[in-house]
Amino acid sequence: MVRYEIIMAGRGGQGMVLAGIILARAAALYCGYEVVQTQSYGAEARGGPSRSEVIISDEEILYTNVLNPDILVVMSQDALEKYEKIAKSGALIFFESRLVSPPTRIDVKKYGIPAYDIAEKEIGVLLVANMIMLGAMIAVTNIVSKEAVIAAITDMISEKHREINIVALERGIDYAKRYF
Amino acid sequence: MRMWKGRVDFMQGNEAVVEGALLAGCDFFAGYPITPASEIVELMALKLPKRGGKFVQMEDEMGSLAAAIGASLVGAKAMTATSGPGFSLMQENLGFAIMCEVPVVIVDVMRGGPSTGQPTLHSQGDVMQARWGHHGDGELIVYAPWSVQECLNLTMEAFRKATKYKTPVILLSDAIIAHMRENVVVPDEEEVELIREEIERSHKPIFGRGTSVHVTGLAHDERGYPSDDPNVYRKLLGRLRSKILDNIDDIIMLKYEKTCEQQDLTIISYGSSARAAKEAYIKLKEEGIRVGFIRLITLWPFPEDLLRNVINSDKVMVVEYNQGQIYHFVKAALRDVSDIILVSKIGGEPFTPSELKIVAKKIIKGDGGCEVIL
Repeated sequence: MVRYEIIMAGRGGQGMVLAGIILARAAALYCGYEVVQTQSYGAEARGGPSRSEVIISDEEILYTNVLNPDILVVMSQDALEKYEKIAKSGALIFFESRLVSPPTRIDVKKYGIPAYDIAEKEIGVLLVANMIMLGAMIAVTNIVSKEAVIAAITDMISEKHREINIVALERGIDYAKRYF
Repeated sequence: MRMWKGRVDFMQGNEAVVEGALLAGCDFFAGYPITPASEIVELMALKLPKRGGKFVQMEDEMGSLAAAIGASLVGAKAMTATSGPGFSLMQENLGFAIMCEVPVVIVDVMRGGPSTGQPTLHSQGDVMQARWGHHGDGELIVYAPWSVQECLNLTMEAFRKATKYKTPVILLSDAIIAHMRENVVVPDEEEVELIREEIERSHKPIFGRGTSVHVTGLAHDERGYPSDDPNVYRKLLGRLRSKILDNIDDIIMLKYEKTCEQQDLTIISYGSSARAAKEAYIKLKEEGIRVGFIRLITLWPFPEDLLRNVINSDKVMVVEYNQGQIYHFVKAALRDVSDIILVSKIGGEPFTPSELKIVAKKIIKGDGGCEVIL
């Protein structure tokens, strides 16, 4: 039985909810999994805590929430501190290494990704750092294929911004392949 | 519930409500946006006019239901959507729709209340309001979906039942179901052709057919004219009641699973809380505990006879996101069951299957008390 429980979290505006929806859609529509995606955010439009939960399985999913993630993708220090505690032993933690210091737990695998540096220097748009994080995560975990994520991006993101998001995804994949 | 031939998609509960409504032939929507129901209003504004339907953003929720009722009276398949605070405002017109037998579908996406409460968080606090929020007697139909697929299926069913029984039907969704995304099959138009035809056939305009008609919330006779004759009123209210209660076999939907004939405990839940409750049921089953699980899909009319017939345990736990609403009806229905225990959680945090499992085991041992607040 395949079952992944994932939390993607950061602050409102960093795009972690969108990254979660894209991952979920890729898994559901282009990899044939059963998927449940939920999200929560504060009342603020930007800056408040923001989180997306994704459960991917090859069986029916009943319970809709992630209590102990297998995979954590975080882009803010408070998100790391909040969710590191509840991650499963052996969980994979992907963190944005410019804003977030490495996890302190020793029973998890840690992957620091300088997503904002890559976005700034290689793409010139900070907003796509979320796709760099997602790219690195799928390259390490192989939960969904790159093609599936690109298909989901194509469904969800307007033509104007599509290409730059796909480029960012690929940069994330490249980074993971080179360093992890 | 049947699985359709159609397009596999991945969407939110609120989006699925819109898909279901459009498949049922909904051609009129009046609403006022409110969290967590706004996506329904937004999508209707986007999709309905393209299909030749009418969308009206009203000044408030009283106007929203009033407009939907008016549209239905001239033959439209009408709908509105709101959340608790707006649903409170709709109660007067809800009573009117019952009294005047107007088919209309109302979606209430529940959030924490009373008043403004917790706008972004789930609750099952409107269960009693849906049934008893309007003044006076009268019956109506209320469905509670537990998945995105059911949001689609039950919205279609709501249109079917509304037009068949000439009554408002309420879809009682909540913030969890409304905003989560899941795999869903959107049936092809041909798949639902029969349902659509049935709705079309049973829903004829009252106004605009060339004859003079009268529709009033006053007690009225068969022609629709007011009457203060006690027998006319009794006959009207009797019929409003019996047209629903005489057809409960057609209206009531309930899922029942059990591990063996006689159980030590039966878990009853509905809507989003049933997702956690069912997971707890499966965990208990795996441990060899004799347990049953009932999920109510139709909340009103309350399936009391059916519950009495299927339950075969001395202990029952009712799991809901409120301080005890459907619990009281379970208690009244199951007079012969010795222990009926409410398991309640409010505040916007979900039940966890493991806490429900622990509570269930305590109840089986006999030390659950009469109420467990998580």
